[in-house]
Amino acid sequence: MLKMIEAILAKRIVTENISFSGHKRMRGQLQCLNNCDGCGNCSAVCPVQAITIQDGKPAVDYKKCIFCGRCVETCIQGALQHSNKDVMGNVLTETQIQIGEMITAKLGRSLHVRHLDAGSCNACDFEMGALSNPIYDLHRFGIAFVASPRHADMLMVTGVVTRNLEQALRMTYEAMPEPKLVMACGACACGGATYGATYAVCGSAADIVPVDIAVPGCPPRPSSMIAAMCAAADILAERL
Amino acid sequence: MLQVQPENLRGAANIFSAAGKNPLAAMFGADETLRGGGLAIYCLFYNAEKRDMDILKAEFSADGDLSYPSLTPILPAAAWYERELHDMFGFIPREHPDLRPLVLHETFPEDFHPLLKKYPVDYQVRGSRKYEMLTSAGEGLYEVPVGPIHAGIIEPGHFRFSQAGEAMLQLDAKLFYTHRGIEKAVEGKTPFEALPLVERICGACSVANTLSFCQAVEKLSEADVPRKAWLIRTLAAEMERLYNHVGDTGNVCAGVGFSPVISMGSRLKEYLMQLNEMLAGNRFLRGLIVPGGVNCDVDENCLEEIDEVLRELEKEYRDIVHIMWEQNNFVNRIRTTGIIRQNTAFELAMVGVGARASGSVRDSRKDIGFGIYDELDFAVVTETAGDVEARIKVRVGEVYESIKLIKQLISKLRKEPEGSLCVDLGMLRTLEGSWGISESARGDNLHWLMLDEEGRIDRLFVRSASYPNWPALTLAVQGDIIPDFPLINKSFELCYACLDR
Ligand code: SF4
Ligand code: SF4
Repeated sequence: MLKMIEAILAKRIVTENISFSGHKRMRGQLQCLNNCDGCGNCSAVCPVQAITIQDGKPAVDYKKCIFCGRCVETCIQGALQHSNKDVMGNVLTETQIQIGEMITAKLGRSLHVRHLDAGSCNACDFEMGALSNPIYDLHRFGIAFVASPRHADMLMVTGVVTRNLEQALRMTYEAMPEPKLVMACGACACGGATYGATYAVCGSAADIVPVDIAVPGCPPRPSSMIAAMCAAADILAERL
Repeated sequence: MLQVQPENLRGAANIFSAAGKNPLAAMFGADETLRGGGLAIYCLFYNAEKRDMDILKAEFSADGDLSYPSLTPILPAAAWYERELHDMFGFIPREHPDLRPLVLHETFPEDFHPLLKKYPVDYQVRGSRKYEMLTSAGEGLYEVPVGPIHAGIIEPGHFRFSQAGEAMLQLDAKLFYTHRGIEKAVEGKTPFEALPLVERICGACSVANTLSFCQAVEKLSEADVPRKAWLIRTLAAEMERLYNHVGDTGNVCAGVGFSPVISMGSRLKEYLMQLNEMLAGNRFLRGLIVPGGVNCDVDENCLEEIDEVLRELEKEYRDIVHIMWEQNNFVNRIRTTGIIRQNTAFELAMVGVGARASGSVRDSRKDIGFGIYDELDFAVVTETAGDVEARIKVRVGEVYESIKLIKQLISKLRKEPEGSLCVDLGMLRTLEGSWGISESARGDNLHWLMLDEEGRIDRLFVRSASYPNWPALTLAVQGDIIPDFPLINKSFELCYACLDR
């Protein structure tokens, strides 16, 4: 018992500020440099058809992208590169939300989230589990995971929707009280293209229930998930 | 490989299993009609003495009778494989004690067998087949249904408990909810095209699945994977075991609400996930291992960082373990809870931590010795009690062994001269079966691969470590009280995604 108290006190506070950039090797948002000649090799090699060539330049659909790095390897010009930044961070700075302000604004508000694995590889789920570790400490934002859809403001869906879970997704959504939000978390839930179309897959979350917010990544890093949840709290506040 | 008539499969399997010495490691079907064959069943037996797999094949004519004498009465480990063969190909194992569906749930029609080549990959057909749960009935008995959507952040599965008061009399698990049809989805793709899908079969076993798959591919080539690549691959494999085991040590405490340790374990796991991102650019080590070698090097800074984090982590981990064992009410809950006896572990051909906590020494790193494990010094940790405590002890022991392995790998990588990281595999041999194995945090992970004439995937079978251990979980809970289920479940820490594919 003493050892336990000692260990807890010794560590003090380990919670960190959330950050949208990872290690320099991290495969994050794609950047296309000027020497791109629009050859389209990246688009051809992409396993989930996330790239289309528009106006002679690749345009990436981050709802589908699994951040595999194949397009970057294939680009002979070296024009396409991964930055070490989360796509989510970009979306939020675009809407002029500074993290610090955002967090202060969120204090005093709450969001109750129900998770539903609709057919994921479990990496998205594990990252969601990591949100409760002392480093990300989700509770400091007034966000909590709840045990029942009947207690939830938001449904957080991971994975492509499988045939074996389609009904569970519909029923869980219906069981939630209004107003309700749905977040598609990760490339599978957002784009549904990870494994292609198969006999066992119905598609992305949006093919079954209305989706309000999408978090790119395979899996999205915990910071992205937190940012998206804070944004969701805003959307919810508007609807109340 | 030995090919037999379907009627003789049971007899031959009995001989191949050598009275249990060579456990059934996988059993699956293949549709070989496109190249003039029939339908086939393959059985792989794990032969630790020969450090190889013994392969048994039975061929059926495609339009003829698909029934054969079931292996399950003599090899209980075949029970789920045969249910899967029935679902996916329509084979009929006669005298199978429980031929309910396994993979395909109620929305599929009875006569749809997706792995037959006549069905295109995206064939959507609806029906209504029955999936009955196994229950016990009698005076005072009642059922408790749980799932598929659980209260916490866990993968989906439906559990049906038959209760006699608090005691669990029987448990039936309905799984395969996250079945995505990956084995069918990779058919017709080249191994390179299939790789991102294979990496995404499971998050927590991403390295293990990729490593098994890559080895299966590499066995079809004349080229040798560079030694340096093997050092980096092995580093990744041990990092995967480490982050899983460290996280699971904390997580098992969630089964009894022992919060301080849950939180400490999850913090240490997070540090390891950050190392993963540094190593591979992805927190689940995706994108590092490729057929022929690895994708990127690890430099001195990287090694230094790993070394440093692990030194601190080992100290803190020892503290956590100390805190766990010092808590009598915790030890009380885990001791004699959820027992799997040694003969059950052998009969079900269990793998990994689950098996090693029940007296088995099965560890593919030693038994098969893939890659460079033969050069490395590590012990196989075993226990005999087969309860939750034994499984925790094995996991804790393996954490220290993994740290020891990573230290050796770091010093070997420092000495390793600059060199190629990936070899061109050239032309791959086609129409030849090939397997690859690796030891995931949950036990050995086995892939079977066959390429068609054009070098595209004709059949991939993925037998994850969780496959043989899931049926064991349903036996382990019998007689324990229902509040112990989460604890027992977490002590096995099985994947759903790996199993469901
Ligand atoms: S990184 Fe994204 S866009 Fe590029 S190939 Fe992979 S999935 Fe496609
Ligand atoms: S998005 Fe990626 S990490 Fe998430 S479930 Fe799909 S494959 Fe797994």
